[in-house]
Amino acid sequence: MDPAVLPRSVLLAVPLYLLLVVVLRGRSALVKHALAAVVALALAAGLSLLLPAGTISYVTTFLLMGSIYAVLTLGLNVQWGYTGLFNIGVAAFFAVGAFTSALFTLKMPTGAAAAFTQQAFGFGAPFWVGLLAAGVVAGVLALVVGWPTLRLRGDYLAIATIGIAELVRLVFQNERWLANGPQPLRGIPQPLSCLTGSGCDWLPGFVNAFFDPLAPRDYPYLYVAIVALVLFLVYTGLERAIRSPWGRVLRAVREDEDAAAMVGKNVAAFRMQAFVVGAVIMGIGGSLYAHYVVAIDYGHFDPLYGTFLIWVMLMLGGSGNNRGAVLGALLVWAIWTGTSFLVDALRPTLEAISPVLPQRGPYVRLLLIALLMLFIVLYRPRGVLPEEKVVSLTRD
Amino acid sequence: MSLLTVEGVVSGYGEMQVLRGVDLRVEDGEIVSIVGPNGAGKSTVMKLIFGLIKPWEGRVTFAGEDISGMAPEQIVRRGLCYVPQVDNVFPTLTVEENLEMGAYILDEPLKARKERIFELFPRLAERRNQRAGKMSGGERQMVAMGRALMLDPKLLMLDEPSAGLAPLLVDLIFEKVAEINETGVAVLMVEQNAKRSLELAHRGYVLATGKNQVEGPGAQLLGDPEVARLYLGG
Amino acid sequence: MVGARPLPRSRALRRAVSSVLGSRWSLVGLLALIALVIVLASSAQGVSGTRMLGLVVRGVLLGGVLALGALGVTLVHGVLKMANFAHGDYMTLGAYLALAIMSVLPPGRSVFGLGFGYEFLVALVLVMPLVGLVAYGLDRVTFRRLRQRRSAPVMMAMAALGVAFGIRSIVYMVFGADFAFYYQGRPRPVVELFSGVRVRTDQLFILAFSLALIVLVYLLLERSKVGKAMRAMADNPDLARISGIPTERVVFWTWMVGGALAGAGGMLYGLDVQLRPEMGWWLLLPLFASVILGTIGNVYGALLGAFTIGIVWQVSTAFVNPAYGPAAAFVVMILALLVRPQGLMGGGR
Repeated sequence: MDPAVLPRSVLLAVPLYLLLVVVLRGRSALVKHALAAVVALALAAGLSLLLPAGTISYVTTFLLMGSIYAVLTLGLNVQWGYTGLFNIGVAAFFAVGAFTSALFTLKMPTGAAAAFTQQAFGFGAPFWVGLLAAGVVAGVLALVVGWPTLRLRGDYLAIATIGIAELVRLVFQNERWLANGPQPLRGIPQPLSCLTGSGCDWLPGFVNAFFDPLAPRDYPYLYVAIVALVLFLVYTGLERAIRSPWGRVLRAVREDEDAAAMVGKNVAAFRMQAFVVGAVIMGIGGSLYAHYVVAIDYGHFDPLYGTFLIWVMLMLGGSGNNRGAVLGALLVWAIWTGTSFLVDALRPTLEAISPVLPQRGPYVRLLLIALLMLFIVLYRPRGVLPEEKVVSLTRD
Repeated sequence: MSLLTVEGVVSGYGEMQVLRGVDLRVEDGEIVSIVGPNGAGKSTVMKLIFGLIKPWEGRVTFAGEDISGMAPEQIVRRGLCYVPQVDNVFPTLTVEENLEMGAYILDEPLKARKERIFELFPRLAERRNQRAGKMSGGERQMVAMGRALMLDPKLLMLDEPSAGLAPLLVDLIFEKVAEINETGVAVLMVEQNAKRSLELAHRGYVLATGKNQVEGPGAQLLGDPEVARLYLGG
Repeated sequence: MVGARPLPRSRALRRAVSSVLGSRWSLVGLLALIALVIVLASSAQGVSGTRMLGLVVRGVLLGGVLALGALGVTLVHGVLKMANFAHGDYMTLGAYLALAIMSVLPPGRSVFGLGFGYEFLVALVLVMPLVGLVAYGLDRVTFRRLRQRRSAPVMMAMAALGVAFGIRSIVYMVFGADFAFYYQGRPRPVVELFSGVRVRTDQLFILAFSLALIVLVYLLLERSKVGKAMRAMADNPDLARISGIPTERVVFWTWMVGGALAGAGGMLYGLDVQLRPEMGWWLLLPLFASVILGTIGNVYGALLGAFTIGIVWQVSTAFVNPAYGPAAAFVVMILALLVRPQGLMGGGR
């Protein structure tokens, strides 16, 4: 048996464990966690042993990206699902989070490298600093952007947010001094990557020994555990928040703003708070993304990948529902990656239609996603999971 | 055969029932007035007759034809025109353009028709190129009625024509309604100003809680102290 | 009012300030201020008067093209109460349909003094109704159903985005992602207008054609039955039904006109600059900026807004990276929304 199977299984068990903890609600805490841990480990081990390495590796990367997008979708859910803020500029906060985290964690290039890469700053900080900074900077952007625009109604807010996303994209595309735009910013450090190499000096010896069999190509297993943890924290945090008095006001604001105002709630302040919280989460998602793909440029955050896809996820899963957001993200990510297989399978057909078509496969996939959105809007506007009736935990 | 009959109509908005069984009829050339307290369903009856709401039960016939739930576009072709209570003109269009919209379904030149309307409402003739939205309440009501008359309807439905108008204008409007009726157009109107409308009407219906309560010649209803006390506020 | 106390000074002052701030003239003043800033900034950077003038002229040109798109957006919004986020991609569609048509026609010599041959004109004539029909067809299949269900604006917006991406993906699939040009290597005659300002004769044609279309739209809306019905529906859709106006037919013509204008606009923009599959999406922001500045739903406002935005866009390139042109339009739009959300032509004082 490949010695790497054990550490891999343990890592894979983390997301499974967290998933089970969320799903198995209503049991006593200790039993629940113990049960979840056991089942997760068993499942992970089973999968690692039974499935060929290539498949399980694919599943891991799938879960990874799906989870990153789940974080982004949760952010949008706070803005749109819970507060009714029509944000078509998700890409702006996604991008800002990614670049911020990258710049915080990269070191300033020296020597020969400096000729190729320009950055505004580079602190070489650890990953978690980058993660937090991403959230903070995205939140600040939301504050700045929200102040003039949140008072706008529906469609106008939508256009304003489209504009902001375009502006952010233009900045990252043209301002070389900031983040090397339009060239990619490369070499973004991956947290705990030392574990897949020669071991991390700041971790105890037995941990390093345990993970020693892992090779750099096993890194996704490590990262999926990290991403799952962040997703878990964001999800449970939001579930708490939405049942708090704050969450109640948000829902009231979405339902009937005038009524909320009449009861004395400062509607504008609540909308801003929701906007900022959503943006912070999107920034965190951006950070997770950057440290996974290791090299980013403005093209990663175009209207399709950065905004539209996330809206499809939220609408399919069901807005106003955190579970729906996560489910929608995973489902649509599955569909998106599925279209890749589909287009590959259809290769001969595409060739027959036109010899250039197969290399334009990505655009066929884009068409399929656009059709999916139209399908959802026409036939399943409420999404797969309807909005849940939320019961508040505490009285006001 | 009556020009318009409404038989046993039950209807409402969404799940909310407003009409619980309304019967009424209008004969050729007569003025019929529907009065009653607020929320009685008077406006709802009008909207139902004109196809803006579908009846849940019962039916509406016009000139012998069942028009229950027919689209407004079709109803208008049959000689039945409607003036809603609010938002009854196109504000950025001129007076003349408003009239033209009234006869949109016709393919012929409208000059003669417009002149007839301007004869009926000389005040509009002076202001034919003014935007309807900039006119006073009374003038707007005239534009609204003029628009509905462009097709020479057999029956004109008016929803609270005197609402929000100064007393002088109320007189004017009712005068015009009488004038219109004299040319042979039947009029069905819903009115809050029960006294004036019943004075003018040949017959009246009192509607309350979505049902007919009383029916009879206008003068009779006016004179009935019971009716006055219960439904007309004395 | 008998017995009313006078408002406390601070509140009265705030009210006075906001009423001044919200007036049409303060918006005009804001635009004048922006113009002043631009002039000062460019003279500080040593940009020549000729260059500025040239940019203003280019701005007017661009404004003409934007106007074609903006008219469509404002008409659709007025009649159908919908913000059509796919409109930019309708322009893209027009540009690329023309490319396809022109690729099957044998190329001809340049038409008198211009930089294109007869095939461009043929394409222009064909593309306009084609895009109109496509626009109507897409409405029938998607937006109409949502309207009948009285769907929330977000559904309409998402549907529009779906349509936008759908059209773009098809353009990518058929034509690839690279730039394209209607004409390459063909001489493009230039003419001097005045005091050193040069324009291509093609650009004069673009402006003239845009203006001609604008005049036609004006005649449509003011003189024709259908145009008046469009205005009536924009005013009061319920009353339009009540008057017996066949609303479906008016909707058809709205899409035909809006789509035709978009198709023409896309073609003209492609002639002036180049074709790329994203060209329409990049124009979306300036289009909406124009429409919002000129008050959404108001046709004259859309024209005013389009030329203003076009000029601001071009002139800003004198001292910012030209890539930020649409961003300049966006900034103007945001400022306008803050000062006077109902736009230049909106209700109120």
